[in-house]
Amino acid sequence: MKFRNILLGAVAAATIAGPALADLTFPNLTYRTGAYAVNGIPYADGYGDYMTLLNERDGGIGGEKINYIECETQYNTEKGVECYENTKGLGSLVYQPMSTGITYQLIPKATADGIPILSMGYGRTSAANGNVFSHIFNYPANYWVGASAVVNHLLDINNGNIKGKKVALVYHNSAYGKEPIRTLEELAKKHGFELSLLPVDHPGQEQKSQWLQIRREKPDYVTMWGWGVMNPTAIQEAANIRFPMENFIGVWWSGSEGDVLPAGEAAHGYKALAMHNTGADFPIYADLKKYVFDAGKAAGDGSSAGTVLYNRGIYAAMLATEAARQAQSMTGKQIITPSDMRDAMEQFSIDEARMTAIGLPNFAPSFSVSCENHGGPGLAAIQQWDAKAQKWSLISDFIKTDSEVIGSLIAEDSAAYAKENKIAPQCS
Amino acid sequence: MLYREVGEFKPSYKKDQQTFPIRLDRYAFYAVLAFAFFVVPFLINDYWANAILLPFLIFGIAAIGLNILTGYCGQVSLGSGGFMAVGAYACYKLMTGFPDLNIIFCIMLSGGVTALVGVMFGLPSLRIKGFYLAVATLAAQFFLIWVFNKVAWFYNYSASGQITAPERTLFGMTVSGASATPEVAYVVCLSFLVVMALVARNLTRGSVGRKWMAIRDMDIAAEIIGVNPLMAKLTAFGVSSFYVGIAGALLFSVYLGAVEVGEVFGIQKSFLILFMIIIGGLGSIFGSLAGAAFLVLMPVVLKNVMVGQLGWAVDIAAHFEFLVVGALIIFFLIVEPHGFAMLWRIIKEKLRLWPFPH
Amino acid sequence: MESAAFFYGMEVFLNGLMTGVMYSLVALGFVLIFKASGIFNYAQGVMALFAALTLVGFQNGQIPFSHLINAIFGTDIHHFGWHMPAFLAILFALLVMIIFAILVEKLVLQHLVNQEPIILFMATIGLAYFMEGFGDLMWGSNVKKLDIGIPQGGNLWIEESTAFLGGEDFYGFYLDTLDIYATVIAIILVAGLVMFSQYTKTGRALRAVADDHQAALSVGISLRKIWVIVWCIAGFVALVAGIMWGSKSGVQFSLSLIALKALPVLILGGFTSIPGAIIGGLIIGVGEKMFEFLIGAPLLGGATENWFAYMLALVFLVFRPQGLFGEKIIERV
Repeated sequence: MKFRNILLGAVAAATIAGPALADLTFPNLTYRTGAYAVNGIPYADGYGDYMTLLNERDGGIGGEKINYIECETQYNTEKGVECYENTKGLGSLVYQPMSTGITYQLIPKATADGIPILSMGYGRTSAANGNVFSHIFNYPANYWVGASAVVNHLLDINNGNIKGKKVALVYHNSAYGKEPIRTLEELAKKHGFELSLLPVDHPGQEQKSQWLQIRREKPDYVTMWGWGVMNPTAIQEAANIRFPMENFIGVWWSGSEGDVLPAGEAAHGYKALAMHNTGADFPIYADLKKYVFDAGKAAGDGSSAGTVLYNRGIYAAMLATEAARQAQSMTGKQIITPSDMRDAMEQFSIDEARMTAIGLPNFAPSFSVSCENHGGPGLAAIQQWDAKAQKWSLISDFIKTDSEVIGSLIAEDSAAYAKENKIAPQCS
Repeated sequence: MLYREVGEFKPSYKKDQQTFPIRLDRYAFYAVLAFAFFVVPFLINDYWANAILLPFLIFGIAAIGLNILTGYCGQVSLGSGGFMAVGAYACYKLMTGFPDLNIIFCIMLSGGVTALVGVMFGLPSLRIKGFYLAVATLAAQFFLIWVFNKVAWFYNYSASGQITAPERTLFGMTVSGASATPEVAYVVCLSFLVVMALVARNLTRGSVGRKWMAIRDMDIAAEIIGVNPLMAKLTAFGVSSFYVGIAGALLFSVYLGAVEVGEVFGIQKSFLILFMIIIGGLGSIFGSLAGAAFLVLMPVVLKNVMVGQLGWAVDIAAHFEFLVVGALIIFFLIVEPHGFAMLWRIIKEKLRLWPFPH
Repeated sequence: MESAAFFYGMEVFLNGLMTGVMYSLVALGFVLIFKASGIFNYAQGVMALFAALTLVGFQNGQIPFSHLINAIFGTDIHHFGWHMPAFLAILFALLVMIIFAILVEKLVLQHLVNQEPIILFMATIGLAYFMEGFGDLMWGSNVKKLDIGIPQGGNLWIEESTAFLGGEDFYGFYLDTLDIYATVIAIILVAGLVMFSQYTKTGRALRAVADDHQAALSVGISLRKIWVIVWCIAGFVALVAGIMWGSKSGVQFSLSLIALKALPVLILGGFTSIPGAIIGGLIIGVGEKMFEFLIGAPLLGGATENWFAYMLALVFLVFRPQGLFGEKIIERV
């Protein structure tokens, strides 16, 4: 016991670090190890490289250097809390936990601490209602938008009529995977298709029963909400039962190179939702090469550059830094506080001109956010994998989604949360 | 010289049977309690509470619970994660179903519910022994997780299946929910730990504990001399699950605030608590706490040293963390197979004689 | 209609058998070590992962510890540049597992002789943590594709030739070619192990050690040598299991979790019996797949396999507390 106290004293001295007030702090809760490392690594690389690029090329944001901190969570909730507590005192401006479980965890904590969370395309979907969730943002898209986008794509390729068709949802048996179910059920009632649900237990390495069932029932389309090893296993199993890949559509977290490469040629034609464009064909990559890769400052080993999740990391970092920039111009200060950041995020807008100036033309849709709508435009595109060329490409524009169905579900879910936690409407 | 029993005479049976017969032990214990209750809450901050102290206190309670079952009664159980989930969900249903019920009662009732569930899943122990029982309790673990994932009533039909602890106050201070201060959360968990550890210590020193230990050592002989194996095993499961359930309820309501059952209460939690008691020392309350401290503190200390001080890349640090924890476990087992508790006992024995060699 | 359902049921049954074989491959390693040294080797799953990582590393010419070296010395090296043929890579991986077995015996087992089973179990847990970190440091934690030439995918020949059964709604039996290969390899492996333990001198020594350590010592069998041999064989079995599972879903952290799927097999079959591991695997595989097919998916919403395997094992245990083929535990007062 006594030895432990001495040790605690030593650790205390080590961990009480003075807040780095001279920089803009962006923490990144990553998972480079653990069951989901295959997807966590490229995202973390992209995020880190973009931050490094801004520091090297521009000297930071508005002249203020970026203090980029990575904290390893291994996708574990308790470690996520530890990372959050460790970094929040350093003036962290925004948190992007990259994990639905950790996001749920941090929603009440970050709101109480006054730090915004950007859960871009994951997390609690009903956080799009800014009236209830003042500090949580999930632009540009969320899971219910994703579910609706899949259905709208199916309507597109079937001339607007999918009555009587069978759609199967293969999902990770966790909060993340269960998110689209309510929306898909509503849409099934609305458009007349038959929905069947096939849960897959963590980690998703064994999916034989589910795919045998798909082989028996022969649904017309299969959509997947998977993560980690579940993705490549599902794609391999689908290829094994010779399910036509172009009828297999994954969510944006099931559509990266790491998911399709293990299946090789057989994954050709697999589709996935996309929040943004694919590939390394953007001017920003020239800058990345010059200032980051060649200077030896890359966050990873460089092998994930250009992949879908790497681009997503760049996108997430870009949204965060642009909001910081807008906060700087709104307040006129160089060093902004988390509360300034939240205000800027609530009035965030980005357009094609700005994205082209950054080096990402034709990369993502323009959108703006408001107090009531923290969820953005509700647009998603479809990308398809070409196994021979080994690249993803967008095969559709950014599709509008069914805001009526989604809006009512968001209102219902956020009202339940507000009632449970006695939250008054935040927007005037 | 300092730590001695010379001059200590016990004038009554009650004093002879004290938990801490040696005066220095008693004073040290009071000093630690005073420090923990009166000094630490003023020094504590969010990080210390949420990353180090609260997990230690909560897993300490769970480890004591599992030690009662495995260390004192000899029934190896790998279902602790599932039972913690029962405690957490019971707490959630009670908190949301009875908003006026005091949180302390909610937690204790959740412990009771978990005790009932534990007794039910403990029934196979009457027939199955040893490692086979361990794997049978795994059935409980996986089944409970599946139930909480599947049956929507448990998470109040929310779309995602996660449960969030609503805000509750105790004596006017917020205990659960996001605006709870670290001091309050810490004191609540500490109080639970101290009370339950004292109860456990006395249970295990009494006739119930002796019956458990008889079953552990040689259950057939115990049955012959009149220890009812049914009652002994089932009470062990019941009491152990009570402790584990309270730990789960505290984990959910005070520490994390929101849980996703598959990730937080999965099989790795069961193994973690088992590791804590094995490395801490089976059959020892101090051992449970020492093991909990080791397995909660060690990764955090390593991470802060490697990433914070030495500035290593996070994934290399994470790999080294595994490496070092594994190596330390093997090292401690080779040095002292019976865990930290035995190590501590030997140190005290030597201290009793110091500075004399024998 | 009915006959299609019946044949689909048979298809699930056959697939269950194959899955069971895959489980048994993992369970075999546990049984071998438990038989010879009384240790429940928690690290078996991690050994399979490490073996598969080493195999892929050799095949792709990866430099071990490249990430660490780059971090310390600021270099940027990743690959040697060669591509080893699969057969050679398997041999080298086997060599690494043999070195591993020798080191484990020397550094861990030797110091823990005669300790209680739960202490030895904890030591293997420490070993599992250590191997996890060590394997990740050595070869990196990103996912790797394992391809030693075993074909995957549904076997077309079987599908087409059985499609005539069961009418229109039946599309032929679906059997994954990889699973068929795994079954054949498992049969050869088990036959080899059984012949080894019955007909060779070392095999007899192994059985003697499994029976009674002290008696074996008194006839002059070197316990340490036997333990090294057993861990080598278990390492080889882990390599085979790692190859089979890794070919299906890539080599990454989750591979070590297959050990959890082997536990119900072990309880059912008994911890000390090789044929028990096989039969147990088959029963668990068929049981969980049939349950999912008949009750789990239609009535309970799916994802029941995990807990049903354990429930099934539990039910068997109630009737035979030492597993189907395990040694009857005789307790003396």
